[in-house]
Amino acid sequence: MQEKARVLDKEALNRSLMRIAHEILEKNKGTKDLCLIGIRNRGAYLAQRLRDCIEKIDQIKVPVGILDITLYRDDLTLIAAGPVVHKTEIDFDISDKNVVLVDDVLYTGRTVRAALDALIDFGRPKSIQLAVVVDRGHRELPIRADYAGKNIPTAKNETVEVRLEEADGKDEVVIVEKN
Amino acid sequence: MTWTRKDLLGLEELSREEIELILSTAESFKEVSTREIKKVPALRGKTVVNLFYEPSTRTRVSFEVAAKRLSADVIHIATETSSVRKGETLIDTGRNIEALKADIIVVRHNCSGAAAMLARHVNLSVVNAGDGWHEHPTQALLDIFTLKEKFGQIEGLQVSIVGDIAHSRVARSNIWGLTKLGAKVLVCAPEILIPPGIEEMGASVTHDIDEALHHADCVNVLRMQFERDTEAAFPQQLEYFKQFGITQERIRKAKRNIMVMHPGPINRGIEISSEVADGANSVILEQVTNGIAVRMSVLYLVASANERVKKNEDTD
Repeated sequence: MQEKARVLDKEALNRSLMRIAHEILEKNKGTKDLCLIGIRNRGAYLAQRLRDCIEKIDQIKVPVGILDITLYRDDLTLIAAGPVVHKTEIDFDISDKNVVLVDDVLYTGRTVRAALDALIDFGRPKSIQLAVVVDRGHRELPIRADYAGKNIPTAKNETVEVRLEEADGKDEVVIVEKN
Repeated sequence: MTWTRKDLLGLEELSREEIELILSTAESFKEVSTREIKKVPALRGKTVVNLFYEPSTRTRVSFEVAAKRLSADVIHIATETSSVRKGETLIDTGRNIEALKADIIVVRHNCSGAAAMLARHVNLSVVNAGDGWHEHPTQALLDIFTLKEKFGQIEGLQVSIVGDIAHSRVARSNIWGLTKLGAKVLVCAPEILIPPGIEEMGASVTHDIDEALHHADCVNVLRMQFERDTEAAFPQQLEYFKQFGITQERIRKAKRNIMVMHPGPINRGIEISSEVADGANSVILEQVTNGIAVRMSVLYLVASANERVKKNEDTD
């Protein structure tokens, strides 16, 4: 693993999130029926930050939930190699809400597919939108982001890491090359 | 850590970390049962076979509910109405279930070691739902899960197990699990119902019920197993209740927040009074609820470990 380029620093990341917050409010015409749901792990922190951005703009705290999609993955062996199952925490009804799903990187679209399945089990939202910090291409499913911090065309042997203070001790987005 | 065992046979062979992984995974699964749609697709397309050589309602139904909430298909084989009556051996039955392309066998058997023997002869996952007087790992795990939920941690807790220790796989599994996690275990029963060598497992022994309740954070009350010839050992049910029964009066003398557990089915007025069983200290029904989360966790972990084994064999 080798760091190839830093595409966003702390300030640029914050500006991106603030812009996304504005776009969310613009598209949904305010905070009515709006809620944010972050996909574990980094999407959960990002959803919190977007909530804070929205509060700065509109002085309203929108509900935030956390979704763990491990149990909705389409490959059991992938999960088995990975970390433990974590809790899903959505303590409000998502029926008839405009749900903004939040994740760090949009890649194949399989995580989002799993998240959509999981959300539908919780209720029937009025709409589901998708916000990501980075869209790196290479989709394997017909899924797109409604809000993206940055589009970064990448090669398949590269990965994009969104590092956040809450999880990694520092805010930055880097492209890493796999050897 | 990653779970690597294809089977869950007992708590004796598990490490502290493995037990903690089952418990933390169960915490996440508990939330699933609170949803409106109480189901996740994790084991979709997998088949779980319940193979029960002994009567059971609670454990069987709990495993069945757990498997279904993971979207697995569940088949129940009650041996009274199966080919076992025609003389088929456990291993042959297991191999036939394997030939049906099932993925997990949940087995209960009256012989100690039955689950382990079955696991050696089949490639699918085996979960022990009670083997003779040996172990009943998922029951102990759900007891420990319930304790952890109430007290935050197991380390340093004082747990007393009262009742027929000699014939109890629940007691053995609890002793293994609790001592590994740092709790102190005291067993309490008449002399004749204490098995030899219990101290070597890490438990202390008393024959005085008041002593067992005095410092305990939790008392786990076991059923008198009259179907396992305890009747001969203890002819007077009433006599037992007088000497060892958990009554409100005895609970009053214990710690104020002492937790009362019972693996069920309870015999009111024999090992526990109705007042205690239905009282504020009782968590008997919470145990049942927690049993589903714990069994979901176990089924999920063994299934994913076995899936990985198969995948590695393919690439080798």
